[in-house]
Amino acid sequence: MSRRGFLAGLGAGLAVAVLPNLADAAGPPKPKATRPAPPTPTGNGLDAHVLVHVALDGAVTIICHRSEMGQGIRSSLPVLIADEMGAEWARVTVQQATGDKKYGDQNTDGSTSVRKQYDEYRKAGAVVRMMLCAAAAKRWKVKPESCTTRDHQVIHVLTKRTVAFADVVADAAKLPVPKKGITLRPFAELERVADPKLPLIDGPGYVTGSAQYGADVVLPGMLTAMIVRPPVVGGKVATYDAARTLAVAGVKKVIEMPVPTKPWLFQPWGGLAVVAENTWAALKGRSVLDVTWDHGENASYNTPAFREEMLQSVRAPGTKLRDLGDIDAAFAKAANIIEAEYTGPHLSHMQMEPLVAVARVQNGTAEVWAPTQNPQQNRTDVAKLLGVKEEAVTIHVTLLGGAFGRKSKSDFVVEAAFLSAQMGAPVRVQWTREDDVKHGYYNAANAQRLRAALDDTGAVIAWHHKTALTPIGGTFDGKTDTPSAGDLQQGVNDVALSAPNVRTEACKAPLHTRVGWFRSVYNIFHAFAVGSFIDEIAHARGADPRDTWLDVIGPARKVSLAELGIPALPNYGEALDKHPVDAGRLRNVITRVTDAANWSNRKGRYLGLAAHRSFVTYTAVVISVVPDAQRVFRIDDAWISMDAGTVINLDRVHSQMEGAVVMGISNALYSGVTMTNGATDQTNYRDSRVARMRDVPRTIHTDIVASTEPPSGVGEPGVPPVGPALANAIFALTGKRLRDMPLANALNV
Amino acid sequence: MKITVNGVEKTLDVDPEMPLLWAIRDVLGLTGTKYGCGEALCGACTVHLDGHAVRACVTPVRRAEGKAVTTIEGLSPDGKHPLQQAWLDLRVPQCGFCQAGQIMTAAALLQIKPKPTDAEIDQSMGTNICRCGTYTRIRAAIKKAAGES
Repeated sequence: MSRRGFLAGLGAGLAVAVLPNLADAAGPPKPKATRPAPPTPTGNGLDAHVLVHVALDGAVTIICHRSEMGQGIRSSLPVLIADEMGAEWARVTVQQATGDKKYGDQNTDGSTSVRKQYDEYRKAGAVVRMMLCAAAAKRWKVKPESCTTRDHQVIHVLTKRTVAFADVVADAAKLPVPKKGITLRPFAELERVADPKLPLIDGPGYVTGSAQYGADVVLPGMLTAMIVRPPVVGGKVATYDAARTLAVAGVKKVIEMPVPTKPWLFQPWGGLAVVAENTWAALKGRSVLDVTWDHGENASYNTPAFREEMLQSVRAPGTKLRDLGDIDAAFAKAANIIEAEYTGPHLSHMQMEPLVAVARVQNGTAEVWAPTQNPQQNRTDVAKLLGVKEEAVTIHVTLLGGAFGRKSKSDFVVEAAFLSAQMGAPVRVQWTREDDVKHGYYNAANAQRLRAALDDTGAVIAWHHKTALTPIGGTFDGKTDTPSAGDLQQGVNDVALSAPNVRTEACKAPLHTRVGWFRSVYNIFHAFAVGSFIDEIAHARGADPRDTWLDVIGPARKVSLAELGIPALPNYGEALDKHPVDAGRLRNVITRVTDAANWSNRKGRYLGLAAHRSFVTYTAVVISVVPDAQRVFRIDDAWISMDAGTVINLDRVHSQMEGAVVMGISNALYSGVTMTNGATDQTNYRDSRVARMRDVPRTIHTDIVASTEPPSGVGEPGVPPVGPALANAIFALTGKRLRDMPLANALNV
Repeated sequence: MKITVNGVEKTLDVDPEMPLLWAIRDVLGLTGTKYGCGEALCGACTVHLDGHAVRACVTPVRRAEGKAVTTIEGLSPDGKHPLQQAWLDLRVPQCGFCQAGQIMTAAALLQIKPKPTDAEIDQSMGTNICRCGTYTRIRAAIKKAAGES
């Protein structure tokens, strides 16, 4: 397809919306969330907000400035703005933004799109509505407050007079943009926002094959590159011979990629690029490239030994981060002490669309098309590589074929820009699945040790949680080898506990590969350990796991920093008064999910329960397993309850919850990559496994708590409780306590 | 070599070992068929070869010579195959990347089993991965298209 064709496709098909996925780990280069800049007037309509333009004929363009990766933001964002302004949906075009700081924060990560920008989206629609109302009111000589909008018209409520947007937009454009006194509609008036079956804006494109992802961008004269990257992080090419590669028909050139220097950040990995006329020629050329490697300092990274090292680390004293009461005294007088250790591997994102980017660098400018979560970061990184100003770089965001955090890194985008500059032609860098598995920004590897002291009534009087995880900070500074207090907000320091004596400790786990944000991040393994451990406590004291959960959390209350025993909580970037640690909301989802699952009637059933707060959202999950002759067990049912505050586009929230259950099953049961001499052992879906249809429940019962609390995260918080719920269900069925992920290793499934 | 793609005869002058996937995408410019794994493990590249579902990523283009290939673009003339309709009605896709392959696998299943059972759906669709986790909706949409719900 020509560039013109592609851009036309973007305008028409790429019109709509999302709920985000990634994480909030305390990794460094997260630029501060920026606010949208004031709009630049176009002179041909109303530009009241940088995300909305009303043309003189009334046509509305809404900018989607966040990336669509399955969460539905290309529907959610535009309907919020359109409903708030009273636009008729048929007259709205959604346009995907390029990476530009004027739009405010575009990093589609950390479950933030709606959580952080809900107010801004509504305000964007509201200022447009107010200006259109003001223009009409002036004409009618009535008060602007006596007018409203609906179906692309301004309405004077009392007299029912109406005027089309098109007839007042020119007048409205001359008015000042209101800065204060911005009034929002009653939530109940947001019709499309509340539509439980809101159509997918890109649905027709998805089912007919016309939706545009990264690899679908075709430019005239475009070449395709495949890169062979160092198998070990920090390694580099020692020797190579390109003769056989250059003899392959269609291969144009072999190019040495720049050697990255520590810290790795978002740099490309180095290696050798085979640039060819098409994908097949590049693949064939790469397969016969003779190369030897200098593996560098990480060639001694071996998973079994490192797992042992992390276990030793959590058995030794760490850095105390949460210290409440006197746990030593409590353990000394305990009637019963429960202890357990849990481990989890590096996880590969395994998004369906392998990394890919298309770049055209010419005349001191660069244009890139990529399925990226973070176009502003890409713009910065490409500008830096080329030594040009950011204004000379345009990052077009295609649809993302899954991302889960992997596409928040710029490495693949910078590769394409580098090679286009080298070739003087447009270049597509296509990663194979194997490249994607072997060169990941994996989730952190982890080991944890938990201890609980119980008194003679079975009450938990002391809680001691130690965690060693390879911190994301190490990818960014090359040094950090111990998780920070910020890292432990994810399911360690923020856990509501009734125990009066609590200690948490961060333990050393030096990083020997690249780690990065993976949907739900550290919450995955912290929730696994805490959720499994509470079940262990329940069985140790012979109590119902649900009752034990409620006992361990304690009564409904907002848990203060003093009660948590910490000086501060990052709280996913949210103020504690707006998004407190609310034990009542966690208890509520536990009650709801267990009621839905008919928990009290467990005779002949094998159920597991777990709950978790993350991204300031509360989620509880029950998984039901049944015996299976061939595969030990089968998951036949799942229930998930979520309290995410105010929710919009309900169907996409339900779908995120369904997807979270499936990804949670993958994480717990199958996933994980291992390292031998620093190189990733796995290659593809055969050995870096994810759930298939047979692995998932017949039904996933999703339950969303109706709430008027501020919106919280949706994309990630469904995942963490799934793993422990599954492990607890397997225990209910088999009596086997599985503490090491992936659980399949111990089950032969 | 000559191949009929979505009802139109095409002449291809390419390495006969080139996988059908890359011939379809790079040479014919039909980008609805996706690359996901390259080893017939994920099903994102599923097309029909003389009516049977095949993984285009491991099918040399020579094997399609003289045969009829149907891609997602050719599944129905107006994009309204019962499966496509059901997929939209139940809002199956999340990121959407795997869905063309899912629909092509399901379409081949319905050719053989117009009213598939759960076990038959699991068996056929077991070749296709959806990392977003839309499996329960895929199952429901197949049943809906088959008139079973």
